[in-house]
Amino acid sequence: MNPLSGFLLLSALIFSIGLAGALTRRNAILVLIGIELMLNAANLNFIAFWRYGPNPEALTGVMFTIFSISVAAAEAAVGLSIILAVYRHFKSTNLDDMNSMKG
Amino acid sequence: MNWIVRNLWLVPALPILAAGISALAKRKSRVLAASLAIGSMAISFLLSVCAFAHVLLLRSSGQPTLQFFNFRWFQFGNEWLSLGWVLDPLTAVMLVMVTFVGLLIFIYSVGYMAHDDNFMRFFCFLALFAGAMLGVIISNSLLLLFMCWEIVGLTSYLLIGFWYSNPKAAAAGKKAFIVTRIGDIPFFLGIAWLYAQSGTLLFYNNGAGFLEHSAISHLLAQTTATGICVATGIAILIFCGAVGKSGQFPLHVWLPDAMEGPTPVSALIHAATMVAAGVFLVARVYPLMSAHTGIAAALTTSTALQAVTWIGSITALLGAVIAVAQFDIKRILAYSTISQLGYMMMGLGVGGVSVGMFHLITHAFFKSLLFLGAGSVIHGCSGEQDIRHMGGLGKLMPITFVTYAVGMLALCGFPFFFSGFWSKDEILHAAHTWNISQAPYYMGAFAALLTAFYMSRQVFYVFAGSSRTTEAGAELAHGLAAPDAAGHHASDHDAAGHHAPGTPHESPSVMTIPLMILAAFALLLGFLGTPAWPWFQSFLDGTPAPVNFGAFSSGGMIPVMLSSSVIVLLGLGIGWWFYGRKPIKSADAPDNLGRLSPSIFSALGAALYFDAFYGATFVKLTTVLARVSDWLDRWVWNGAVQTVTYTIFGFAHLDNFLDRHVVNSGFDEGCNSVSRGGKLLSMLQAGRVQGYLKIVAGALIVFTILLLWKARI
Repeated sequence: MNPLSGFLLLSALIFSIGLAGALTRRNAILVLIGIELMLNAANLNFIAFWRYGPNPEALTGVMFTIFSISVAAAEAAVGLSIILAVYRHFKSTNLDDMNSMKG
Repeated sequence: MNWIVRNLWLVPALPILAAGISALAKRKSRVLAASLAIGSMAISFLLSVCAFAHVLLLRSSGQPTLQFFNFRWFQFGNEWLSLGWVLDPLTAVMLVMVTFVGLLIFIYSVGYMAHDDNFMRFFCFLALFAGAMLGVIISNSLLLLFMCWEIVGLTSYLLIGFWYSNPKAAAAGKKAFIVTRIGDIPFFLGIAWLYAQSGTLLFYNNGAGFLEHSAISHLLAQTTATGICVATGIAILIFCGAVGKSGQFPLHVWLPDAMEGPTPVSALIHAATMVAAGVFLVARVYPLMSAHTGIAAALTTSTALQAVTWIGSITALLGAVIAVAQFDIKRILAYSTISQLGYMMMGLGVGGVSVGMFHLITHAFFKSLLFLGAGSVIHGCSGEQDIRHMGGLGKLMPITFVTYAVGMLALCGFPFFFSGFWSKDEILHAAHTWNISQAPYYMGAFAALLTAFYMSRQVFYVFAGSSRTTEAGAELAHGLAAPDAAGHHASDHDAAGHHAPGTPHESPSVMTIPLMILAAFALLLGFLGTPAWPWFQSFLDGTPAPVNFGAFSSGGMIPVMLSSSVIVLLGLGIGWWFYGRKPIKSADAPDNLGRLSPSIFSALGAALYFDAFYGATFVKLTTVLARVSDWLDRWVWNGAVQTVTYTIFGFAHLDNFLDRHVVNSGFDEGCNSVSRGGKLLSMLQAGRVQGYLKIVAGALIVFTILLLWKARI
């Protein structure tokens, strides 16, 4: 078993934990944390495939990941501010209360 | 071309412009309206004097005195319609007369209308009226003349009905408008016929105008299917317009009623301008009127001119006869105007342009003098118009009395010193030597006798004896027949307040000064046209004017002059015998002449029942026709229209049914199924974020399994 499989297993575990959190939690902030976990699992996959891939000298994986992390930071900021606005509106962070966008 | 000829259009344009400005100005700016109207009229007067001087200059230097300026108005097809203006002795004389008399009447109106609420409107209409009349005079195209002619008709309607809140005035305005329109229809037909025949409506255009030789001979050469010469037919149709405008028999009925307007309007319309327009028209198209095919040109008179003469002499006699039995001071003058217009037409018919026009000019001065004098009397008597309720005004209103007497003697044709004598005498002399018949001469002479009689009757009633103005009488008259007072009387005396109502008083100087100026002209103007020095006639005809006292004795002049002098003195004497010998004691006493034959007198008083006759025939016929049309409208045309309506309604209902049950239901069904599908799909959109997330996760798992499955193979 090479180190890549270990990393991939870890990342799959983190992804599953994030997905489970995002699906089961009712608090919007915790759902956001779950989504961040899934994103970081993907980042871990990037790094792992770069490091153990055919061309580890080029810095493509690192570049991708840095971009991804900065985008994730921006996304977190936007997500949190949306949650803040939603909280001001509904006086709640429970996602079950936010069901007015439906057909 | 001379400056004045090119800019002759300014003469009518200025008063019209003044009218336009005062129509747009504020309602209370009295000074503006009066000064605009009077100022524009004064400038027009100066320009007219320039034009007159220009014609005199041309004449003295031996050049042709007829000048014109034509311009193209618009094009239709291949033809240009041209308008233009003309300056000849006829135009020059009329321009000076109209602007001068008009100016004096405008000034007089400032005093007369001083207390009227609609002062602005009055001056606006007055200026427009004068402008239109000046347009009639200068136009070199029958079309332009007709347009101005119609503006004259419109403004006469507006001015006669000026006090429109008085139903009699409103009716009089309407009557004047409709009756003159009856004359205008043949006039317009004549214009159309003329255009069809000659292809031009210009009077003078270097040989191409229809008053010039080639067009006239072309018109004379043709005859209609009924054998009437085309020139005669057109001339008679055009004369119909003059009959309407100049109040000739049988369309004279509007003129007495037009006395409902303010007195300055009566003076302007019935002395200087509107009624003169008809006479002027005949004088203007005189070459057409007098055109005839006879070989011996000097001995025959054209059919059109014979018609003019007969209509004129009938009118002259008729007006004079009716005037004898009138009691309203202005109505007497109105019938006298009708009679004098008849004289002018007769003069045109028997003697030519200069004879008729000379009487027109002198009459304009002394008749406007008489009307303005009557206005002064009415003003002084607080709106009283019935001569039975006047009397003794000679002492109270000396200036008015003297000027009125001058006008009256001029109108009667008092021998030698008054203008009316010379102009009327010339007409009678021409009628005496007329080659067709002697009847117009005797009719004219008898009308002259009656004129002297009714004018002396009026003067004795109004100015002689003792005052019969009583409070009761004034009140009665105010209620009955004092339309002039409607807007004027009450406010006048409330505002002035320096004399008791009902006490006659002299008018202010703004009114008496125009009277004095007009009186001077009524005296002096006659000397321009005496047989010994026929300056006026030669000016119009373009012949030299020698001073020749021998002319009195030639051509049967002396007998005519002597007989007309005798006639005038006889008329005045009879008038004195009936009305001046013993002062008229009371307002209710029967008329001295009426005692001789009450039935004839009352028939005359009712104007020979012309109005009743027209009322019973033409007006009745029109009413019956209107009723028939109404019935047809209501039951026949309306029925047809209703049938169509209901058919359309039926179709509409059918359409509605189809729409509702066929087209609509199909569409509705389609809409409903789309809507149901939408509802079904919208169930997926539960609004729960995690529900969507679950679907995404499920899809991810499915894709993962699919990929793994493929990778295994």
